[in-house]
Amino acid sequence: MDLIYREQILEHYKHPFNFGVLDNPSSEASDNIVSCGDSLSMQVLVKNKSSLVADIKFQGSGCAISIASASMLTESVKGQKIGDLKNLSKNDILTMLGIELSPTRVKCALLSLEVLHKTLNQLT
Amino acid sequence: MLDTDELKNDFPIFSHIKDLVYLDSGATSLKPRQVIAKENEYYHKYSANIFRGIYKISEKATAEYEAVRGKVAHFIGAKNSREIVFVRNATEAVNLVAAGIGKTLKPGDEIIVSIMEHHSNFVPWQQRSLKKNANFKIWNTGRDYMLNLLELEKLMSSRTRLVAITAVSNVLGTINPIKKLVATIKKRIPESLVLIDGAQAVPHMKVDIEDLGCDFYVFSSHKMLGPTGVGVLWGRYELLHEMHPYQYGGDMIQAVYIDHTDFKDTPHKFEAGTPHIAGVIGLGAAIDYLKDLGMENVRRHEIELTTYAFEKLKLINGITIYGPTQMEDRGGVISFTIEKIHAHDIAQILDSRNICIRAGHHCAMPLHLSLNLVSTARASFYVYSTEKDVDALVEGLKFVQKTFS
Ligand SMILES: Cc1ncc(COP(=O)(O)O)c(C=O)c1O
Repeated sequence: MDLIYREQILEHYKHPFNFGVLDNPSSEASDNIVSCGDSLSMQVLVKNKSSLVADIKFQGSGCAISIASASMLTESVKGQKIGDLKNLSKNDILTMLGIELSPTRVKCALLSLEVLHKTLNQLT
Repeated sequence: MLDTDELKNDFPIFSHIKDLVYLDSGATSLKPRQVIAKENEYYHKYSANIFRGIYKISEKATAEYEAVRGKVAHFIGAKNSREIVFVRNATEAVNLVAAGIGKTLKPGDEIIVSIMEHHSNFVPWQQRSLKKNANFKIWNTGRDYMLNLLELEKLMSSRTRLVAITAVSNVLGTINPIKKLVATIKKRIPESLVLIDGAQAVPHMKVDIEDLGCDFYVFSSHKMLGPTGVGVLWGRYELLHEMHPYQYGGDMIQAVYIDHTDFKDTPHKFEAGTPHIAGVIGLGAAIDYLKDLGMENVRRHEIELTTYAFEKLKLINGITIYGPTQMEDRGGVISFTIEKIHAHDIAQILDSRNICIRAGHHCAMPLHLSLNLVSTARASFYVYSTEKDVDALVEGLKFVQKTFS
């Protein structure tokens, strides 16, 4: 069996964490991969000018890799410093997923990171 | 009926990857050893440039290359081999015509394409139209995934300069009634030109260009058992004769002076520079191979296999199959989606069993958008495809569903 579809990835895909919308987001952004038809939007909540992520939600549709990646990423950033998150890299995401991906599928894995960065960059 | 077990022996890839289930012939076909050998023969025995050497191997190469022009003409029922232009692929053939016609487009002129066009027969026309302020019109399919001739008549006007239509959709499989379609267009506006994209037709069924009545016809060698890097443009002699060259350089000139150049006539004025000589010669072997099989047999094999696949696939829970349901109206292509599973995930898991299918929009994004789809999975067949391949696909899809259950 393809190692990409290990149990944890499938679980995140079927029952993603943080799927939904926030009532009063501090910032939101979205992006998509036209060639795959994957689309993702994210909302973050930052309380009282603190520099920490108080809450985060995402919505969208996509393949197992992009949805699992968004689920795992949003779960891992809660309570983290905005400044640190802006430095998250491609390798951090691949390590988080813990799977080998072909170049075409890496794009799917990184969509969540791109949208996260977009969302954080819009915070004033 | 084709003896596919026997046939598979002709395709060396199956001896390298024993359990390969190749269901992406719509993207490109596999190559038989006869074609590979013919291409190699050029490199081994007479690898000289064409039209240049006054020596035997160059003349041999020229003769082999030009003989394929005649072979292609005969294969598609063209009456004059001057009407056959070798290019890189179907895409370049469309671009060549779009560049030629584009020069004469006036603001307000109309170009019509169908919604089911491959990007290669869509974007060149869209871009020319934008540049020239021409009207770019889309002919939509009905709910039966077929093009309706009454719709076309409504779309056309006295300003219609060209209609570009695919003979067979690479997504829906729809076989368009080209002869009727051309007759309708020519009756309504006799001066309007018709370009047919035969990339998915020439490999799979008998094509008789004179009978169709169109003005231009394009296809690719690599989808019909031939080498990559070779495409064919067929155009009516008078039209090609009048049309400006597409690129300039060697091999396409009669004489060059400081202040002007005399060009050769078609087809050579469109073949600037050293072409893919080995590839064209290889295409000749592909045509021989297909002729030996008989195009009627190729088509019958695909109807039988597509019927079989259709019956099996439709039993899968949550599957939606797109395209016409009458097998006579469709080529050997089945695009589908499965509820709650992304096409990329389907393709990736099938790949773990060495089953190759395509996932995405198959270079037909306007069609996918019009169907409200982001992507589909596609299985496509050719002469070497078997019921066993279809069975492997069906088992594979059940496994995909189990993985996601
Ligand atoms: C219907 C159709 N038209 C055109 C093309 C383009 O062919 P090529 O990429 O060889 O230019 C394809 C192949 O992808 C096709 O399926």
